[in-house]
Amino acid sequence: MHMENHRFVLVGVGGQGTLLASHLLAEIGLSLGLDVKKAEIHGMSQRGGSVVSNVVWGKPVFSPVVGEGEADTLIAFEKLETLRYLPLLKPSGAIFVNDHEIEPITVSAGKQIYPNNADIEATLHKFTTKVFWIPANQIAEDLGSARVANTVMIGVVLKGLGVELDYGVRTLEKTIQSRYLELNLRALKAGYDWLAISNHKG
Amino acid sequence: MKRLLSGNEAVARGAWTAGAVVGSGYPGTPSTEIMEIFARYPGVYAEWAPNEKVALDVAIGAAYAGRRAFATMKHVGLNVAADSLFYAAMTGIEAGLVIVSADDPSMHSSQNEQDNRQYAKFVRIPCIDPADSQEAHDFAIAAFDLSERFDTPVLLRLTTRVCHTSTPVEVSEQRFVSSDPIKYPRNVAKYVMVPANARRRHGVIEHRIQEISQYAETSPLNRMEIRSSQLGIITGGIAYQYAREVFPEASILKLGLVYPLPAALIRNFASMVERLIVLEELDPFIEHQVRLLGVELYRGKQTLDTPKGIFPIVGELNAQIVRKAAIEAGLIEGEMLQTSPSFPMELPQRPPVLCPGCPHRGAFFVLSKLKVPVNGDIGCYTLGLTEPLNAIHTCGCMGASIGVAHGAAVAGDQERHVAVIGDSTFFHTGIPALINVVYNRSNVITIIMDNRVTGMTGHQDNPGTGKTLQGRDTTEIDIENVVRALGFTYVKTLNGYDVEGIEKTLKEWMKISDPAVLITREECALLPEARAKYVPLEVVEEKCNGCTMCFRVGCPAISKSEKLDPRYQRPLAVIDPSLCTGCEICAQVCPRDAILFRNQVLDKQEIDQ
Repeated sequence: MHMENHRFVLVGVGGQGTLLASHLLAEIGLSLGLDVKKAEIHGMSQRGGSVVSNVVWGKPVFSPVVGEGEADTLIAFEKLETLRYLPLLKPSGAIFVNDHEIEPITVSAGKQIYPNNADIEATLHKFTTKVFWIPANQIAEDLGSARVANTVMIGVVLKGLGVELDYGVRTLEKTIQSRYLELNLRALKAGYDWLAISNHKG
Repeated sequence: MKRLLSGNEAVARGAWTAGAVVGSGYPGTPSTEIMEIFARYPGVYAEWAPNEKVALDVAIGAAYAGRRAFATMKHVGLNVAADSLFYAAMTGIEAGLVIVSADDPSMHSSQNEQDNRQYAKFVRIPCIDPADSQEAHDFAIAAFDLSERFDTPVLLRLTTRVCHTSTPVEVSEQRFVSSDPIKYPRNVAKYVMVPANARRRHGVIEHRIQEISQYAETSPLNRMEIRSSQLGIITGGIAYQYAREVFPEASILKLGLVYPLPAALIRNFASMVERLIVLEELDPFIEHQVRLLGVELYRGKQTLDTPKGIFPIVGELNAQIVRKAAIEAGLIEGEMLQTSPSFPMELPQRPPVLCPGCPHRGAFFVLSKLKVPVNGDIGCYTLGLTEPLNAIHTCGCMGASIGVAHGAAVAGDQERHVAVIGDSTFFHTGIPALINVVYNRSNVITIIMDNRVTGMTGHQDNPGTGKTLQGRDTTEIDIENVVRALGFTYVKTLNGYDVEGIEKTLKEWMKISDPAVLITREECALLPEARAKYVPLEVVEEKCNGCTMCFRVGCPAISKSEKLDPRYQRPLAVIDPSLCTGCEICAQVCPRDAILFRNQVLDKQEIDQ
């Protein structure tokens, strides 16, 4: 598979599994025979802060860091974080956003206001027409646990990129502990099918 | 087969392959995982030392004893260990000694942005700077060889983007096994740094660094990549990746050994290209030395003699930043990055906060109420500074809180000073500062927030936890006993969630003029044992009148509900059961008993069933 570098930015809130999702995406890239780099920032991630990681696929990859206007794909596990990292997106880039809200302390303390969905969507559309608005937490809860919302998102992204589901399945089998594997496999497929059967392009 | 390894995993693997048998470190982002992973390899001894200086002394002792050894720490840790770094450079070693120090450009989780390559030059030891995980692995092995070849400690300098970036790595399954250990040296002239010996050794190390710079001319750690002759770039470490990304046609002198520099190689490279630049992150470390060689660097359109030629001196680089600077300097053609469309709204910030159920919250809530000056320290509890607690007023480095509070007190500051420090930080450098308080009799009140683990770096064991890095049961150092042994009269241990007890104790101590130490002890709410005990609390809507008292504890699990209090039209409190641990701090501060305590919740659940 020959390709230009494909740069992903994954964002979310500490505890949402952003780092695991990045790991899956990096391993999937490797299984596709690509050069891969995955850059993370650790340290404050368990403290409910904003979390960001970068995954780059290509042949070969040099910089592991995605700068302003460089991301082909922005994957957001929380809505507000989509806006925060939007400047990293290329003008024609794709956004996969989980329709899930985690109120930051600045909002619950009444100091700032969480933007509504209409404002968020309007802002995203100023950047790109490729917006996938995904009820990943809802899909995951229907499968039994909101914790696999990140795997649902990866399923959607694979379908969106035109990568065969099987690459995702084999990577999960290598990566996920056996007792969580079955649930994660269902989550991956549910995400993949969600994009296949629906027309959620914004 | 290649596998994805982070730079930290790769260094651990490289150290093992090189035959390192002793590793000692202190946790610090972005270096922490190196020692955690090394500890799992067969045939090694690995430990968490109480601080970085001790860690380095341990590695030095092992290297004196003829065993390959290394010490790991974050960049600021090397400040703590600097004293030992200097004498180790003077004495040399019997077997390979490597100091792994991880810089944090952009300060993702640090208090400053120092460039530790400067230490290598300062102490006259080689510095190796890898650009990805494969190099982190290979250079770790090379560092041990270099150490033995030149009888010197070697600094393996990493940066966040090398430590925490995963790239494909080919590893060797063969491990280097050194010959039988030697007899511990009785070489007084080399290993006892009294002035007469030290004077001789200074000459030795100045000569040694000259020899290493000769070696650097042909070292496989450095390489030339010849492409176009129009532009030549001298670079090293992570900056190499940005050079390749932004200047695909340029020729590159890629330095793996960034100190000492190969003068002839640099001059030779300079003669092969029309324009020469240096591309490096943080300090103009290579740049200044190249200019001192009399080699002319392209300075772009700049007229002022700035400290660094073309690229920023502050913050980490990325390809976009490098591209922008290169366009400004006239190095490449291109349009400047267009500014992003503006947001229709101000984005709410999401600062890191104390977790739901954090046992530090009780004391911070009280300190916030008492409005005293609080001198903080490095750890999770630094987050006591955030809204709405606002209960940290200074924070500089590990172990600073107690000394700074003492300084303010002896200066005659009229307010009563409080120092807060964590359990691991108390063991790190808190104890000598506490000795100073009791010895020199200031009235500082110290709160040791003992959450039974080294928290911020991701749950490492420490001298208070009863476990070693490699999982052995060990002595659990009792903090209260240590403090009493220092001579404090007023010492108390309370549960971290006991708001009333903490408030009562601190108020009593405010009235006396003696120094005092309060230990708030409760395990971190994220530890598995703590997680097993979660009981999410509930708000009784009929009792809550939206008074906002519970919001002031700053817990992410409590927020304003959509429902309003009928009398005042204020939003009621609501607790997110997926976040609440049941620590009961909010229940304790609620003036209307509108938040159920754990046993009330459990009773209610029983009735409901």
